[in-house]
Amino acid sequence: MPAATASQTIGPYWHLIEDKSWADLTRFGATGDRIILTGTIRDGDGAPCPGTCVEIWQADPAASDLFPGFGRANTDADGTFRFVTLRPGPVPGRGNTLQAPHIAIQIFARGLMAGVVTRAYFQGEALNDSDPLLTSIDGPALRQTMIAAHEEAEVWRLDIRLQGDGETLFLDV
Amino acid sequence: MSDPIPFRPFVPGTQPALNTPAYLSTGKRHPLRAPHRIPQTVTETTGPAFTPRLFPPSADLTRNTTGQPALGERIIVAGTITDEDGRPVPHTMVEVWQANATGRYDHPGDQHDAPLDPNFRGVGRVFTDAAGRYSFVSIRPGAYPWPNHRNAWRPTHIHFSYFGPAFATRLITQMYFPGDPLLAFDPIFNGVPDPVARDRLVAAFDQDITQPDYALGYRFDVVLRGRGATPMEG
Repeated sequence: MPAATASQTIGPYWHLIEDKSWADLTRFGATGDRIILTGTIRDGDGAPCPGTCVEIWQADPAASDLFPGFGRANTDADGTFRFVTLRPGPVPGRGNTLQAPHIAIQIFARGLMAGVVTRAYFQGEALNDSDPLLTSIDGPALRQTMIAAHEEAEVWRLDIRLQGDGETLFLDV
Repeated sequence: MSDPIPFRPFVPGTQPALNTPAYLSTGKRHPLRAPHRIPQTVTETTGPAFTPRLFPPSADLTRNTTGQPALGERIIVAGTITDEDGRPVPHTMVEVWQANATGRYDHPGDQHDAPLDPNFRGVGRVFTDAAGRYSFVSIRPGAYPWPNHRNAWRPTHIHFSYFGPAFATRLITQMYFPGDPLLAFDPIFNGVPDPVARDRLVAAFDQDITQPDYALGYRFDVVLRGRGATPMEG
């Protein structure tokens, strides 16, 4: 049997498939703990990456007709994405473990031959200290690249650095 | 609750490296640190379930913009989506987008001096059937220049986005056309190290998909990651 098909870059013109409403995961009427997840994507020079495709997926709350669990956003001229979603609760890890609340993130862009994957955890969440993934990472600085900061009320910020100083920890899933 | 069965790792050589120097834009965008390998959990083994009801299909790119026919050589692209065990991937959403017949995207960022076609937006969405089959109608896109190196031209291609059953099966790729002389010079296509994996990005002309007096047919079959350990590994 053939191996999985090769990835190719999403390129600079993927916005043809963009639907701005997809950045709001509550658009079908889901209710719950509404949050805004925002952040800026920067390259190895620290320059913002506009026009980047950012996708999120969360296993909780469970996907339904009211809540797709999946979102897609385009970064603006400042390299910033912004999602409206519901704050996830903890989900099972492997074995008898529990994962701290988190949202999976995949980034596609011109200059990325394939998507890169990371996660957004939530600052101040007690379960972070026992999360199987976070505790498998060496060093608090690296762990911190996956923990969204609580900016204000409902706004959480996770800046992403593709390369260089403060480079985000990306995941091989 | 039992652990979800993970999707298999990619076969070495079949995926492009994030650091592909010949494709200049990767220079400042590829992570320098190796990715952190994690065991797959429910986060990776589940994924969005798009339905045609909420995400209406649009399978005829030659007619889905104004209703008037787009200019260019009409084509039908069809194929089957399977996993690495040959099982069909049913009812999964496929997104496509492409340049028009002159090699111009209907996108403000594309400043190539080639005419837009008001009747061709260049975007479509289809779903696979129960047997993993999909099909759409479009026009053959044109090649276009890009600033990667001297006299660089992208080979004719159509962009594809696949979801499959899980976050871990997400795939974005490009379909190329057989016999395109530009393939040999393209750093994105040639960024796939394994020649067999690379050539699978090239569609095949197909007489059975071709419809008399209507359109040429091309077959583009795609494989998404399969679950579980592969018995061939060792």
